[in-house]
Amino acid sequence: MTAIANRYEFVLLFDVTNGNPNGDPDAGNLPRLDPETNQGLVTDVCLKRKIRNYVALEKEDDAGYAIYMQEKSVLNDQHQKAYDALKIDVEKGKLPKDEEKARSLTAWMCQNFFDVRTFGAVMTTGVNSGQVRGPVQMAFASSIDPVVPMEVSITRMAVTTRAEAEKQHGDNRTMGRKHIIPYGLYRAHGYVSAKLSERTGFSEDDLELLWRALINMFEHDRSAARGEMSARKLIVFKHDHPMGNAPAHRLFDSVKVERVEGEADTPARHYGDYRVTVDAEALPAGVSVEERL
Amino acid sequence: MSFGVRLHIWGERACFTRPEMKVERVSYDVITPSAARGILEAIHWKPAIRWCIDRIHVLKPIRFESIRRNEVAGKLSAGTVSKAMKAGRVDDVNYFVDQNRQQRAATILRDVGYVIEAHFEFTSRADDSDTPGKHLDIFNRRARQGQCFHMPCLGTREFPAAFELVESDEQVPAADDDLSGERDLGFMLHDIDFANGKTPRFFRARMKDGVIEVPPFAEALA
Repeated sequence: MTAIANRYEFVLLFDVTNGNPNGDPDAGNLPRLDPETNQGLVTDVCLKRKIRNYVALEKEDDAGYAIYMQEKSVLNDQHQKAYDALKIDVEKGKLPKDEEKARSLTAWMCQNFFDVRTFGAVMTTGVNSGQVRGPVQMAFASSIDPVVPMEVSITRMAVTTRAEAEKQHGDNRTMGRKHIIPYGLYRAHGYVSAKLSERTGFSEDDLELLWRALINMFEHDRSAARGEMSARKLIVFKHDHPMGNAPAHRLFDSVKVERVEGEADTPARHYGDYRVTVDAEALPAGVSVEERL
Repeated sequence: MSFGVRLHIWGERACFTRPEMKVERVSYDVITPSAARGILEAIHWKPAIRWCIDRIHVLKPIRFESIRRNEVAGKLSAGTVSKAMKAGRVDDVNYFVDQNRQQRAATILRDVGYVIEAHFEFTSRADDSDTPGKHLDIFNRRARQGQCFHMPCLGTREFPAAFELVESDEQVPAADDDLSGERDLGFMLHDIDFANGKTPRFFRARMKDGVIEVPPFAEALA
């Protein structure tokens, strides 16, 4: 697979309605908050998990698209994954030098596993500390405006144990809690390095798959906790030069997300309360912008 | 110091992990010379040169924040991969995240800004084509245009670093008033000595009005 020849940056806007996009294990699974600004947070690893899950769903057992960091739920028992074997036959009694061997192991992992090729992985291959640094890098997503998490109490018309039932004299009810954000529009930034893709073989097809994953990942991640989540916009900046033609922060600055006029005092509850503009005129030479969603 | 460069870097979050507290990560107060070198290398590096950090300007007040995440507990062994290669199948190479999970907190820095002053030296792998001007020009040109080999980061990859070249006739941005006076930051990692079995080397970091003078690597304590 030939590696991509351009550097990219992307802005992903996604929103949540009455759900918890990413719970904080430190705060009893409350939605993550930036303590200084009360903006909601979604970690990079949370988004990468969803990309992996999407790829596992779309590609199922296609050769070259195995997922190394698996979640149990996507494991298909006794799945016979066919794959195009690299066929490095280790000749008997003539082992390759350690470094070479480590390289071939790493190359094999990159070729067979989408997530290793994309995000990298730490593997104990001894030489070169056995790390693969993937071309795709993501930062924390944070909400445009401060969010206010709500605690919703719910009842279950059953109890778990007999002892509990006896205590309640047959009432059999349990109270539970859910934490939700009424509405939040989140913005995530990502980077794709052409030079690192040369090392892992991250190809144009893989890039298209990444865009598809970013657009569709929430559609396959429905659950009681998440509420309604959807990707709203994916803005991709493409540099002509593999090293890039402009600083990433300047490109990100050209994407503005603002409240619609006259709405600023009321809390946002819909995507329609925001306006997203991309100042394509202000983009430096050699950078093109594409709205994928 | 004819081949000096100055790079302004900033970002919303950073984590320069203290080696003694790396299970539940705690960041140093400021960027380490090692992390600063990594940032320069993300923009330009060749085996012929070695970046040496001379000075670190801290521009913003030092503030922390804590974040807890689900992380994995182990890594893949080489043996598993070579076995799978021989067998010609991938179904045994996997890692079940929810069976090998750790929750780890990280105490990270918020809203950081630095100026790195550095120069480079030639290594034994330099040849006749490696003139100081060439590497200096490549670095300056890339930094000016925002080009990079891969996106530099502030300690860990989830915290990307924005960067801008400080031109030779430009002033370094002023440090925040909070940083005035002298502060002892204690022993801090200088860099890892990769030539000698990856020995970490330390130095005593002192910040004076936001400026930390970094001693040459050879003077750092092993």
